[in-house]
Amino acid sequence: MPTDSMLAIPELGGVEIHGLTRGSFILKGALAAGAVYGAASVGPFVRQAFAAGGGDVDILNFALTLEYLEADFYKKAQTLSLPANAMKMAKEFGENEQAHVDALVGTIKKLGGTPVAKPTFTFPLKKPADFGKLAQTLEDTGVSAYNGAAPAITSKEVLGAAGSIVQIEARHAAAIRLFNSETPAPLAFDATLQMQEVLDAVKPFIG
Amino acid sequence: MRDPTTLETHPETTTALQELASDPSSRRRFLKMVGGTGAAGALTIFLAACGSTKTGAGSTTAATTSTSAEVAGDLDVLNYALTLEFLEADFYAAVIASGLFKGAQLDLIKTFGDHEQAHVDVITATVKKLGGTPAAKPKTSFPLANAGAVVKLAATVENLGAAAYLAEAGKIVNKEVLAAALSIHSVEARHAAALNTLLGKSVTPDGPFANPAPRDQVLAAVKPFIV
Repeated sequence: MPTDSMLAIPELGGVEIHGLTRGSFILKGALAAGAVYGAASVGPFVRQAFAAGGGDVDILNFALTLEYLEADFYKKAQTLSLPANAMKMAKEFGENEQAHVDALVGTIKKLGGTPVAKPTFTFPLKKPADFGKLAQTLEDTGVSAYNGAAPAITSKEVLGAAGSIVQIEARHAAAIRLFNSETPAPLAFDATLQMQEVLDAVKPFIG
Repeated sequence: MRDPTTLETHPETTTALQELASDPSSRRRFLKMVGGTGAAGALTIFLAACGSTKTGAGSTTAATTSTSAEVAGDLDVLNYALTLEFLEADFYAAVIASGLFKGAQLDLIKTFGDHEQAHVDVITATVKKLGGTPAAKPKTSFPLANAGAVVKLAATVENLGAAAYLAEAGKIVNKEVLAAALSIHSVEARHAAALNTLLGKSVTPDGPFANPAPRDQVLAAVKPFIV
């Protein structure tokens, strides 16, 4: 196990996904990439994972896995004694993520696909202070993941839906960053482009 | 390459982490690369992705050949985006010059202004790279009566900007241009959410799904600021 000091985002390394679908698998790799290299590396990782094809249903199932993770995170966060403003975000954002889950399930079915089952998740979320940092990381990761996957989408409708979801993830990320007294928009461009070093490093983990 | 079935029997994230963390040199290179977050760094990455001059071994989304009509369509989107970015950059420059803000709020405004200017620079370079002529910078004028009104206007502009990018995404043919547009779209959304927070408004005014704004609506909304 790498030590925390070796990781860009140690808490991301503490998130576990127990599922065997391709979506779970790619998400595990994406989180690992994020933990080691930072959230900006998630986009390139995801983009690479879908570059070889798989189609819109495959990408939607990956997105669904990500939304399951986020929805579950906010649900668990609400069991903590969070301060009022954090609890409000956990509740609202959790509702948004659940709406994303429902919409993605519907879209996958509409396209004739089978929505993946919800994996089980474990989060390093023990005390209220754990909430802000992990929420920020997961939302930044979500933005990067959607931005990485979106160019591989073929249907304009699906692309539009993904765009309208990623914008919400970006808004969540900014709000939580402000809550954490961090800059809401750390970069002029939310990284999506490929970076060879990341791709080389994560290649063994792309199923 | 590892056998996927082996991996599936050891699905713990920690295993992947172990592997990833075991190559400090590539990590250093990567961190150095993403550390350069200024316009110049972004520009380099953007152009490398957009163009044909650099096709690294990892370039899996290698340039498909676009028809001239497709390139013209992408240029049309880019020049529309450029016009909006000119407006946003000008707006923040005017706000900074107004002296209405100081401290943390001024820092935030400066950051956002820097972002918009970086978008202007990158889109301009991309238009040129694709063989087009960048849209001319419009002359602008913004009502900057007081700090409260300015934050409100900033929120309006940023929310509109995010909605504008969302409406354009589906029209873009070149995947690298699309990736770049998306990476700007989510930054505009971050700006919008931050400004909504300052105003005590919901960060997700559209609910769980953001609405796109078509061009005619966006251009009508920004018309008062173009002189």
